Amino acid sequence: MSSDADADVTPSSADGVDAATPTGEADPDSSTADPVLAVDDLRKRYDDTVALDGVDLAVADEEFVAVVGPSGCGKSTLLRVLSGLEAEFGGRVAVDGTDVRDGGSDAVGMVFQEPRLLDWADVRENVAVGLPSDVDPASPPARERVDDLIETVGLDGFAESRPDELSGGMAQRVSLARGLAYDPSVLLLDEPFSALDRLTKADQQDHLLDVWEERGTTVVLVTHDVEEAVYLADRVVVLSGQPGTVASVVDVDIDRPRDRADADLVALRREVTDALGR
Amino acid sequence: MAADTRRESDVSRESDARHGSDAGGSARAAEPRTLGPIPVPSASRFRPLLGLFVPLALVVVWHALVTTGVFAAYQLPPPLRVAKTLYGMAASGELWGHVAITLQRVALGAGLGIVVGTVFGTLTGLSRTASDLLDPLLQSLKNIPSLAWVPLFLLWFGIGETAKVLLISVGAFFPVYLNLSTGIAAVDEELLEVAEVYDLGRVESLRRVVFPAALPDLLVGIRGGVGLAWMFVVAAELIAASQGIGFLLSDGRALARPDIIVGSILLFAFLGNCSDVAVKEVRNRVVGR
Repeated sequence: MSSDADADVTPSSADGVDAATPTGEADPDSSTADPVLAVDDLRKRYDDTVALDGVDLAVADEEFVAVVGPSGCGKSTLLRVLSGLEAEFGGRVAVDGTDVRDGGSDAVGMVFQEPRLLDWADVRENVAVGLPSDVDPASPPARERVDDLIETVGLDGFAESRPDELSGGMAQRVSLARGLAYDPSVLLLDEPFSALDRLTKADQQDHLLDVWEERGTTVVLVTHDVEEAVYLADRVVVLSGQPGTVASVVDVDIDRPRDRADADLVALRREVTDALGR
Repeated sequence: MAADTRRESDVSRESDARHGSDAGGSARAAEPRTLGPIPVPSASRFRPLLGLFVPLALVVVWHALVTTGVFAAYQLPPPLRVAKTLYGMAASGELWGHVAITLQRVALGAGLGIVVGTVFGTLTGLSRTASDLLDPLLQSLKNIPSLAWVPLFLLWFGIGETAKVLLISVGAFFPVYLNLSTGIAAVDEELLEVAEVYDLGRVESLRRVVFPAALPDLLVGIRGGVGLAWMFVVAAELIAASQGIGFLLSDGRALARPDIIVGSILLFAFLGNCSDVAVKEVRNRVVGR
């Protein structure tokens, strides 16, 4: 079922012609690159504080982009805008060519910093929250899909468990499965591993890579961990703090699987750290 | 009086929480012990029986005080006399009519109060405007003692069953309303964001996120509401009734029969406690996780 949905996504974005996209209003920017996610001159302010000031970002299909920055630079705000949680902002943000204010945010999945699970519901029910709203969670295909996702995130056998029976890492993987449930065009992750211990974190990072490679999802990961960003991403976007603007973009052209101690990786890590001004 | 009853329900809520932690502790300590081949039941199984210890001791003291003449029998009858009176009324069938009608009033009144409380609690919990409009009024109405309503209800609804059931429902309404309203308003903002990101829609997010999250609060409210229903049934029956345990109580006073008075009080205590245990059991099953 997932491969079907993947196939739905690919033609529109890979061929650069919006033959399959039903969006009537074609936007001028996407005609050349046709990124899955397009952010142009994004400005966001909360009362007197400017959180983001002119952020540009384009993410191509199946790309893994990490956004790093010091705390308070507006990283999380960026994700909140992308996921449609912020109604008011300046500039233009589109997913699959549709503005997030016009329902483009429907095509994103989000993994929050905390698992944010329904603690009275079991794992299956929690994952089903992420299913498209027109799908009946009790129908056999939906059930099969949820079980498939639970297996993808390595939680087979835990479908009936409650969140309080799971470890922090497992709970975060339930959250990941929920984020994947409607085959999002873009999966957003907001510092998903920051609350985990070092060993669990490394496992979860590799796990995320596996899932990403297996499902071909487009990923935007926000993190304050430079090592994590360079290890995981194709491209690292460095935001500078207050107000948040893009300070530099570092491409990570290193084949996977990567070695965390790889000399090139360490060099890129330094480059990102320098860009952060540390 | 209403203030007292409310405090009483608060106390029961606290004791409930304590009970919960006790149960957790004993469950952890419960390892099967054996005496040779015979398994010894763990002490924690008898723990609930400890609650009977003090009342039984009080009955003994009560008996002693009356037989030694500290209290005159016309003021406080000996426990055996109360038991005999109740037994006699039960045997003759007279008691069951009173118990049945009181139970019926409490059930109908509490049921109505819970339904209306759920509706208003949901409304004010979900809508800030509804809360601003209704909450101040309801908060002040809740402070009116049960007995104060009685004359008005008699005037409006006569001395029939309607007045009694409505009066009881007023009592049951407030705890349900207050707990559910606060519970819904306090649903974790982070979970609501999840519902928003995944486009659950208004109805689905209510059904899958808001109501389950507020369910424990609703059940606490129902427990308090059933408790207050018992307080209000006394007010209703003391004043205008020809049947019911409350009527029995006032009848006992009119006939100068302290055994009937004490027996009625004990009946109220017993039935009230039974309903409380039942509601608590339902809550543990529903929320027990």
